[in-house]
Amino acid sequence: MTVAFLSQFFAVYGSLVNFIGINALLALSLYVTLSAGQLSLGNAAFAGIGAYTAGILTMRFDVPYPVSVAAGAGLSAIIAFLIGLPVLRIRGIFLAMATLAFGEVVRIAAVNLDITGGAQGLVGIPNKTTTYTIYGVLAATVYFLAVLRGSKIGWSFAAIREDETAAMALGINTAFHKTLAFVLGAFIAGIAGAIYAHLNFIITPGEFGFSAAVQLLIYNVVGGTQSVYGPILGAFILTALPEVLRGVPLAAGPLRLGINGVILLLVILYLPNGLISFFRGLNRVS
Amino acid sequence: MINGFFIGSVYGLFAIGYTLVFGVLDILNLAHAAVFTLGGLTALWLVAAAGLSIWVAFLLAVLFSGMLGLLLDRVAFAPLRRRAGSNLSGLISSIAMAIIFESAALGIFGARTVRFPQGILVNRVWRFESVTVTSLQVEIVLSALALMLALTAFLKYTRTGKAIRAVAESERTARLLGINVDGVIALTFSISSALGGAAGILYGLYFDALAPDMGRSIELKGLAVIILGGMGSIPGAILGGIAFGLSEVLTVALTGTSNLRDAVAFTVLLVILILRPTGLLGRGRVREA
Repeated sequence: MTVAFLSQFFAVYGSLVNFIGINALLALSLYVTLSAGQLSLGNAAFAGIGAYTAGILTMRFDVPYPVSVAAGAGLSAIIAFLIGLPVLRIRGIFLAMATLAFGEVVRIAAVNLDITGGAQGLVGIPNKTTTYTIYGVLAATVYFLAVLRGSKIGWSFAAIREDETAAMALGINTAFHKTLAFVLGAFIAGIAGAIYAHLNFIITPGEFGFSAAVQLLIYNVVGGTQSVYGPILGAFILTALPEVLRGVPLAAGPLRLGINGVILLLVILYLPNGLISFFRGLNRVS
Repeated sequence: MINGFFIGSVYGLFAIGYTLVFGVLDILNLAHAAVFTLGGLTALWLVAAAGLSIWVAFLLAVLFSGMLGLLLDRVAFAPLRRRAGSNLSGLISSIAMAIIFESAALGIFGARTVRFPQGILVNRVWRFESVTVTSLQVEIVLSALALMLALTAFLKYTRTGKAIRAVAESERTARLLGINVDGVIALTFSISSALGGAAGILYGLYFDALAPDMGRSIELKGLAVIILGGMGSIPGAILGGIAFGLSEVLTVALTGTSNLRDAVAFTVLLVILILRPTGLLGRGRVREA
């Protein structure tokens, strides 16, 4: 009975389940960067770098799946390191803008290069990602981040987030930790992008642009950044929401978009610490 | 070259709205592009469906955009103002409003690209040597510059303008001095949105095409312009807008294709942020968001 239900459920909602997993992973990539107080709008671009690198390696060079995923994530991390050296000296909204500009440059590069397939995108990437892969990686990432949070590095991140100057005065190497958070975020985004590329058959530059970057931020804020589970909850709800609303006959076309906006607004106004504060039954002041 | 100047003045006008709100509140209002779209579409509707002349429609649509700004402030920003550290929430709630506005534009005006009816403006063409200028282009630049000058004078010389600058300097001190801070902020939003709507109308007239998603492309350019010119600086936004317009046109002229147009602009932006994060005319200190 249960098995039959599950298999039927999966036949209908399988791709939704997969996308929730990938979006959760992407949300977590930004969560790491945010946990060190750095607002990056470049994580979608890092996912793009991972996706294109892995896709090209698999298609053109017949590289085995795990190797191309690792290479995609690795290249994302290396580029994040190089970009992070100059960029992480600037703070707050300016950092957001710089990473945004970087993201646009990456997107435009993907449109104009030959190897990326231009604006039509990279087509025909073999489907090698399974639901087990996605949730395996997600579980590993959650475990890793939970361990990281309790470690010395995690506390240093938190100190930098609360007050960078004070953290520096306490002897925390802020430049090192900020770069680490940025590179870790890019690495996770790279993995997510790479497994997404092998799920979707086709990737296009537009998928990794500004609106994708903003979407990741929305997952984090709606879910709440107080815990590792917040971004996952945010990604889950906001990815599933359009499907749920599909069942409501009134909510067709533009109205559905509008409802998305209203829900987002309500969460921001009334649940400052995100939806996760519901589950904890407390509204800690951050 | 000349074209870059025209489109640049529209970018500048759009960016002033961004920079005004950022200067006063330190918040990026990402719904600004949606107001830009709605302003343009409303003017079009007034001309096409209600049969008004373009000048009347322009004024009404600008007023309407200003009202959208008030709404934006009331719904999305005022409730957040009482909370500490609300910059990120402000960003997200402005995105939420952008989604709502955009869906309203989709629902009311449909997803098609629409045009202004022919012959609403007498379009003369002047030729000097090798340069061709149309009267439409001149009107666009003049309206943009007039609005910018009016705003600058308003901020500099009137009592309300001084109040806005006082709130920008320090909200607390302004409140202590008896300035109606919430009123000033609401006013700032409506001025900012009115200018955004005006930019939307001029943009629509210039390209002769309006669509519910036209705000998307200018949103990023507007951000680039205010960074180029310096966050919170109005002359900077104008200068940045024109520089950005020129760089677009020059890139196309030099490379022969439009592929790299945006890449050059954003690379310049990245370099400026790294070398001089306050922009060309920005204030000396870098604020934390």
